Amino acid sequence: MSLMSNFFEKSDLSRSEAENIISETLQKCDDGELYLENSKSEVILLDDNKIKNSSYNSDLGFGFRAISDEVVAYSHSNEISKNSLRQSSKNLKSTLKSAKGTYNHEIPKSNKKYYDNINPIEQKSLNEKIKILNDVNSYLRSKNDKVKQVTANFLGEQKSVEIIRSGGETLSDVRPLIRFNVSVMLEKDGRKETGVYGVGGRQSYDSYLKDDNWKSVCDEALRIASVNLESKPAPAGEMKVVLGPGWPAILIHEAVGHGLEGDFNRKKTSAFHNLMGQKVASEGVTIVDDGTIDNRRGSLTIDDEGTPTEKTVLIENGILKNFMQDRLNARLMKTRSTGSGRRENYRHIVMPRMRNTMMLSGNQTQDEMIKAVDKGIFAVSFGGGQVDITSGKFVFNCTEAYEIVNGKIGSPIKGATLIGDGPSILKEVSMVGNDMMMDPGIGTCGKAGQGVPVGVAQPSILINKMTVGGTKL
Amino acid sequence: MVKDQEFLEDKASYCLDLAKKLGATESSVVVKNSVSETVNFRNKRLDESNRSDDLGISITTYIGKKKSSISSSNLLDDNLNILIEKCVETTKNTPEDEFNSLPDRDLLAKEVKDLDLYDETYIENDQKIDYLKKLESAASSDEKIINTESSFAQNKSNFVLANSEGFCDGYKTSSFTASSVTVAKDEKSMERDYEYTSKCFLKDLDDAAVLGKLAANQTIRKLSPKKIGSEKIAIIFDKRIAKGILSNFAGAISSSAISRGTSFLKDKVNQKVFSDNINVVDKPDILKGLGSRNFDNEGVKSDTLKLVDQGILKHYLIDTYNGKKLNLKSNGRCGGTSNLYFENGNISFKDLLNSSSKSLYITETIGHGSNIVTGDYSVGATGFLVENGEFKCPINEITIAGNFKEMFQSITLANDLEFKYATNSPTMLIEGMVVAGK
Repeated sequence: MSLMSNFFEKSDLSRSEAENIISETLQKCDDGELYLENSKSEVILLDDNKIKNSSYNSDLGFGFRAISDEVVAYSHSNEISKNSLRQSSKNLKSTLKSAKGTYNHEIPKSNKKYYDNINPIEQKSLNEKIKILNDVNSYLRSKNDKVKQVTANFLGEQKSVEIIRSGGETLSDVRPLIRFNVSVMLEKDGRKETGVYGVGGRQSYDSYLKDDNWKSVCDEALRIASVNLESKPAPAGEMKVVLGPGWPAILIHEAVGHGLEGDFNRKKTSAFHNLMGQKVASEGVTIVDDGTIDNRRGSLTIDDEGTPTEKTVLIENGILKNFMQDRLNARLMKTRSTGSGRRENYRHIVMPRMRNTMMLSGNQTQDEMIKAVDKGIFAVSFGGGQVDITSGKFVFNCTEAYEIVNGKIGSPIKGATLIGDGPSILKEVSMVGNDMMMDPGIGTCGKAGQGVPVGVAQPSILINKMTVGGTKL
Repeated sequence: MVKDQEFLEDKASYCLDLAKKLGATESSVVVKNSVSETVNFRNKRLDESNRSDDLGISITTYIGKKKSSISSSNLLDDNLNILIEKCVETTKNTPEDEFNSLPDRDLLAKEVKDLDLYDETYIENDQKIDYLKKLESAASSDEKIINTESSFAQNKSNFVLANSEGFCDGYKTSSFTASSVTVAKDEKSMERDYEYTSKCFLKDLDDAAVLGKLAANQTIRKLSPKKIGSEKIAIIFDKRIAKGILSNFAGAISSSAISRGTSFLKDKVNQKVFSDNINVVDKPDILKGLGSRNFDNEGVKSDTLKLVDQGILKHYLIDTYNGKKLNLKSNGRCGGTSNLYFENGNISFKDLLNSSSKSLYITETIGHGSNIVTGDYSVGATGFLVENGEFKCPINEITIAGNFKEMFQSITLANDLEFKYATNSPTMLIEGMVVAGK
């Protein structure tokens, strides 16, 4: 059984007519394609003891792209029709009047798939989902009488994409994606604190939630909120920072990931653009961006230009090895696409983006790191981060952190922003742990207004010096 | 061309009729169309052209106190039939919530004023290119500028909101937006900054050369930044950052945060939450206003509200659902504020700079460091050290932190309010925040 969309089924435009318009439009262009997308998604939300939202979205549209040298012309619409595609073709041709390139037909092939062709929304009934959300609510409220608010939701999606290139070559992919999230707020003596945890990836809800697995998600959200309820003001100033394994790897994502995306380096606006082959991190630091891990949130069978994804080594033992590339930036930088061309949906143009960005394990233990710190903080969980790729400065916000005093973990501290300098931070990594862990599958990365699902992973690491943005001087 | 009112109204009534036939007791629908054309330049050359034509429909159906919603970009009747059937089916299976309902009929907007939000002018890509050429030539005239990226976008939108109580209205809006991002470099550093203008009417847009020059100057002055030590210090927020603090306030008085108990401003109506003399206004009927509207996302009439009067919180931002929960009437704020602003303070920008012997002037913040549950605020920041009213040197890689509860009580505003965005603030001074640096 195929769940593939037939984009031309209810249209006055046949596939062969579409192929003709595509080939004719892209004649003198260097690259380009018609990207078709049909996505179905749902949100089921419990909040304040009630099912607040049960909604379903079905989104259909195309994006038509033509590239000549460095210039990109793009046009998108929701109407898959003769008129609409011709209107788009006209727009592209008027931008690229003087195109005189040769279309690059070459696109690598692979038979590997990293997730199954399923529709997660249909695999669990609405009533089952509502029951779990209600169970989550009563479980948390009965477990701890300080619980004042519970929010839990299911997000499910199936996205079918088809890429038709000049000459009619067609590539397609069906991508499932789910997320289950729990947020809990506690109140004690008038003080309120929140804990959030979630799981997800590219498989069915049951892969994450069978056998009451949802309880472990609740327990973790509750644990984080309980820790925060006892937290003291965070210190302010430069100090040593130990990062726990897993999700804290958003440090890697912000500090170096974005700066290694091809577009910023072609335009020379990244702080890393002239550092290829140079030492950008301590010895022992190896970072990869991998789209090929089964069922992970950031994995893709093919990217949004049809290139199979891969495991791209970005930094190997401290040396900068590769940037992440889409077809446009690869061509202009005379290298190959790393299968990193992504877009949020058909409304947006492709850009080089991260998939699952991972720092690989070293030899040390987390215990050794804590012992090596006289005064510093131990950061276990983060809310989110941001980077200014030009100055290289990046931040992320702790949602669970502790002070370290004389080699021992002390009191929990309030959420604080940590700030550092991307190109130099990895040289400050003095220990790399042996405990690499993937994040639980909840990350969304934003760039130029486009959000795409990503993953991160890292072992525990010790950073010699970062600025902690607390209030306690 | 953006779809006309008649097309959108036909779709809306088709949906309402079908929902009723399939068993919905009440329903509402929004149909939207938006057509944008954007041209991007990079280093004085054409980089990208982008045309988007977006259709969208969203439908909410009720069966008694049960509710569900669907949305789609596919407006073909075949698809709408399937979706509305699914929506009604899901509604039946969704538990009741006693507060679910359409807005009270007497709160719905009765007359729709012409707020002058639509400019018919169509600007061809070649004209956009002329504007961008002027802009980029001004932006790149200094040799320290090594990269420029600029954009000109024209957007025309139309929408209809209709519900089963007989409300059916909508109107066209337009926007013209130009922006410029520049990168400057010297021996020690590389920095980026931007400038931006957005207006309903093309003729009101800022001059291209002025915009480009501003973007370049704002970037060049950031070169060779220093890092300062950790200390308690007065912070002056540039208008573009001060408006973000006002947005955080708006988030904290949204009826959803209040009814859920997840705001530090819960139960603070009629209490003093800002320093004396601070007034916050949300005014929906400013002609050509970037946040102007006749009614909110539910069709409820939006009147001007003085949210904060002399430091005292007067209103929450209330929608129908949370209003019913809080036993308050909707004040037409479903979807948030309209044109929100702090009224001008009493002192000039120059006097504000002079009010402390040493302060930090913040032009950019990064990170998501605002927590409206606790009021805690901690973000990465970039700016300038100000001594005795003079800009001394650029500063970066620092954080600033505080708690909104105390920050709001220590605000002083200059008298330089402009309506550049939908949410606006004069330049803002807050005493006693903590900077973390070296």
